[in-house]
Amino acid sequence: MAPNGRNTRPMNRFDLTARLVSKLKHDEAVIGGIGNSNFDLWHAGHRPQNFYMLGSMGLATPIALGVALAQPQRRVFALEGDGSLLMQLGALATIANLSPRNLTIIVWDNAMYQITGAQPTATAGRADLVEIARAAGIVQSAWANDEDEFDRLSLRTLSEDGPWFIGARIDGQSPVKQTPREPVIIKNNFMRGLGVQPPSKS
Amino acid sequence: MSLSPMPSPAPIDAHWHEAVIRALKDNAVRFVVYVPDNVLRPLIEAVHADDYFTAFTAAREEEAVGIVSGLAMAGSRGIVLMQTSGFATLANVLASLCIAAQIPALMMVSERGTLGDFQIGQAIVCRTMRPILETLGIEHHSVTRLEDTHFIVDRTIRQAFLTQAPAALILSPLLTAKR
Repeated sequence: MAPNGRNTRPMNRFDLTARLVSKLKHDEAVIGGIGNSNFDLWHAGHRPQNFYMLGSMGLATPIALGVALAQPQRRVFALEGDGSLLMQLGALATIANLSPRNLTIIVWDNAMYQITGAQPTATAGRADLVEIARAAGIVQSAWANDEDEFDRLSLRTLSEDGPWFIGARIDGQSPVKQTPREPVIIKNNFMRGLGVQPPSKS
Repeated sequence: MSLSPMPSPAPIDAHWHEAVIRALKDNAVRFVVYVPDNVLRPLIEAVHADDYFTAFTAAREEEAVGIVSGLAMAGSRGIVLMQTSGFATLANVLASLCIAAQIPALMMVSERGTLGDFQIGQAIVCRTMRPILETLGIEHHSVTRLEDTHFIVDRTIRQAFLTQAPAALILSPLLTAKR
């Protein structure tokens, strides 16, 4: 097997994001990581259960873990880029140990820091994020080899116990839209989307 | 309707960690996420021994702040326990997540590097803590006396959630080391 999931055909982040969102029928929470991951989530159609990260690179998975622990009946997805995930690999071990059944991590791996000028990440070299996730203890970790497999895997995450880790090799296409930079509105909408009333500020 | 009983006097806590636990329970803070520290050990052991709490380690303090931020947005309450050097890694997440989005991340920091610490690294990093908290405008209090501990922890947690703002409680050696 080739390293780095290179046996998989590069797909498109927006297309896969839209495929995932189209399957969400039960107010599943989705945390879109900093940059292109959340821009494409926004472009796929705003949902009240989406949280868009405008900073704090690498924290999509910890935030998603917190949501998953607080609301074990709700399925929760973290969408994260390869560069972001590489900043917070320890979070995979934390998730593996707690093993929340309702959490899925999806990494969009284009082997580059796309938004800052396409500098290569470690996955352009020898690192394989699915193998890293599996070695951290997330047993159900897999590369999606094509769009059909991505669809099948994401459907499984909606009906079977997690935690899940799905890697998808993607191309270098830029998002066509950016999320409005309104963090307080994003956060309050997300809380209401999760059925939590944020305290009103006077 | 019967008359309400007289309010019972506040329990006397024998140890600082007992006062902290009482304040956490009074405010429904059920999740304790920590990167360990020897000073915090009695508190860590006590929350693990108490079924009320879900307590676990994170690999990094920044990760722990992300976890309690997710908990807060989803309607649960958690607190991050760490030592001074761990706090020094947090400026980015506090600024770009907790303050930007108004998320009440609670932090409890055991203050190392002061009042007799033998580690020069701790002593230097300790100088960064209050300037970071002040620059970011984060509510923070040093807890120095057992008799004040419940009051300060309770009020700080309450305000953090009512105002949707992060807050830091600094456990001074005056509280945790003075005999």
